[in-house]
Amino acid sequence: MNVWIAIGVTVLGCYAVKLAGLLVPAGALERPLVKRLAALLPVALLAALTAQQTFADGQTLVLDARAAGLAAAAVALMLRAPFLLVVAAAVLVTAGVRAMGAG
Amino acid sequence: MADRTALEDEDVDIGGKADRAVVRDALGVGVAVGLSGFAFGVTSAGSGLTLLQTCALSLLVFTGASQFALVGAIAAGGGPFTAAAGALFLGVRNAFYGLRLSQLLALPRAVRPFAAQWVIDETAAVALAQPTRRAARLGFVVTGLTLYLLWNLTTVLGALGAEAIGDTDAWGLDAAGPAVFLALLAPMLKTGTERAVAGLAVLLGLGLLPVLPAGVPVLLAALAAPAVLWADGRRRGRGDAR
Repeated sequence: MNVWIAIGVTVLGCYAVKLAGLLVPAGALERPLVKRLAALLPVALLAALTAQQTFADGQTLVLDARAAGLAAAAVALMLRAPFLLVVAAAVLVTAGVRAMGAG
Repeated sequence: MADRTALEDEDVDIGGKADRAVVRDALGVGVAVGLSGFAFGVTSAGSGLTLLQTCALSLLVFTGASQFALVGAIAAGGGPFTAAAGALFLGVRNAFYGLRLSQLLALPRAVRPFAAQWVIDETAAVALAQPTRRAARLGFVVTGLTLYLLWNLTTVLGALGAEAIGDTDAWGLDAAGPAVFLALLAPMLKTGTERAVAGLAVLLGLGLLPVLPAGVPVLLAALAAPAVLWADGRRRGRGDAR
């Protein structure tokens, strides 16, 4: 039951914030500073998420095979590889490093 | 390729090519991320959620980081409201994407409640990368549709296959998430300002992680954006000209 409560709250809350963003009147976004900020916020969020999902285990910072995987993804990106290949590189390298017993 | 006789032909041709490029990019993102629903299904089932609960999350929450956060918190024994709070904190960033997208896509009011469910990292990244409104709308719809269908399909498969596959980390599936985020982020890092924002956000996100509840560090990392803008403004002010 507790799990369903958590799911219900998350469903409603996550939908509400998505909708809220879309419903803000366009006029509120005309100022150049607001535009700049709205463009930069996703950069900050994605960067923080990337770092956390690579270097965090719960609330502990760790350096494991995921870092190698992410490095492989970065190289693939620099070589202008297609999206799927970038993700595949990360997964394969991470699995490979773990198979060799590291991380 | 046939000779072009009129300017309109050329425009149509360029439009057609551009559409194809947008669809290709959108499909690439949609398929790659959609497949990672498998990792979510496995993780969720492994955290003790039922098949129905796991599928409800992918169908109704549909924002991966929040879903992972929720099942992680439940697995760790968190109460329902603590677990939901972490997921919500992560979901708040979608409001920021919505702010940008409402301007860019200029959707009719009646469509917005339906489009809202698809306002996530990936659709925002694809739409924001497009040069025109038409391309942005196309990118948003194709990414949203592909991702929604695949994410839910692979969630079911992952939840069902969780027992068969064993240790998912051994398969490297936990690296798919960050690789996806990095691929979305990379094209946004065009100028020094964007790189500074990204760098500061990484420092904040990692630095605050050990000391604050899950989800909060990412939200605070968003402060990197106003901080860098403010610093930029000051530097320009001191430089006198511009």
